[in-house]
Amino acid sequence: MRHLLIVLLLWLPLTAQAAIDSFEFSDEATRERFYSLTAELRCPKCQNQNIADSNSPIAQDLRTEIHRMLQQGDSDKDIVDFMVARYGEFVLYRPRVTAQTLVLWYGPFGLLAVGAVVVLVMTRRRKKAPRPGISAGSESSQTEPVEPLSDAERHRLDKLLKQDEK
Amino acid sequence: MLRRLLVFIPLLIFVTVSVFLWRGLQLDPTELPSALIGKPVPAFSLSSVFDENAQLTQEQLKGKPALLNVWATWCPTCKQEHEQLNRIARNEGVTIYGINYKDDRAKAQEWLTRYENPYVLNIYDDKGLLGLDLGVYGAPETYILDKDGIIRYRHVGEVNEKVWDTLRRRMQDLEGSGS
Repeated sequence: MRHLLIVLLLWLPLTAQAAIDSFEFSDEATRERFYSLTAELRCPKCQNQNIADSNSPIAQDLRTEIHRMLQQGDSDKDIVDFMVARYGEFVLYRPRVTAQTLVLWYGPFGLLAVGAVVVLVMTRRRKKAPRPGISAGSESSQTEPVEPLSDAERHRLDKLLKQDEK
Repeated sequence: MLRRLLVFIPLLIFVTVSVFLWRGLQLDPTELPSALIGKPVPAFSLSSVFDENAQLTQEQLKGKPALLNVWATWCPTCKQEHEQLNRIARNEGVTIYGINYKDDRAKAQEWLTRYENPYVLNIYDDKGLLGLDLGVYGAPETYILDKDGIIRYRHVGEVNEKVWDTLRRRMQDLEGSGS
């Protein structure tokens, strides 16, 4: 008896969820299109939700409208155009590529290219830097010309190195 | 010398970003431009709030510059701005058309009788179809129409004294330019 009750309780959330959207579709493909469309269109009232998530009256209306248009056989493009004509480009979570959104779409690639150029130039400079003669003086010890050690210096260096081994 | 100046690059970036963020704080993200600015009021054929058999169409909104106000009895802000609309219609002689949006006819009638009726026409849009075509996403909304029924401006939210100043200036511009 108790098990039965638990099983019944587990069913509750499922039925509750089904009540939110009670749209009927002619086939599975249309249902899929409905889900992808409502997920990609933004709710004009509660701006950080798509119209699939939002429970505002306007989102409900728009879901009904999209469902109606799908059943009527309109293409995805028709539906998106319908929404943009009424609420503006704003409703698209994935903005279209136009002159205005060009920077938005390709700006990051441009920045990446700029970054690559900077890195390239910097590594080149660094490779050249250690050679004697170039920018001597302003840079630190790295760029000073290397001279071989004298005998006395070598002797002292050996002594210093060995002092740790004891 | 050049190297010295390079030190200031982070500061420069910081200032630029700050300016953009500061600007961002002043913007109201809920203020959307209407996609219909410069376009005529969408075609409709709806009844009047007071007369079920009357047929109102977009043709009846032409003639002179006017306000088109979307309201409903379930909308608290509409109640707030109603007095202001009454004043505009009564004292300044501005033509206001009303769209009763997704509402109940009896309630709308009662509201207009009780709180005074500032509207020249009362369009009864119980299904919200005209609202959908106008891109209404929350009542109240107020549009400025020119004499050819072209939408010139949209305001979302309450029409208070300050908003009305803006709207009035825009309407005067319309009349002044002779359009």
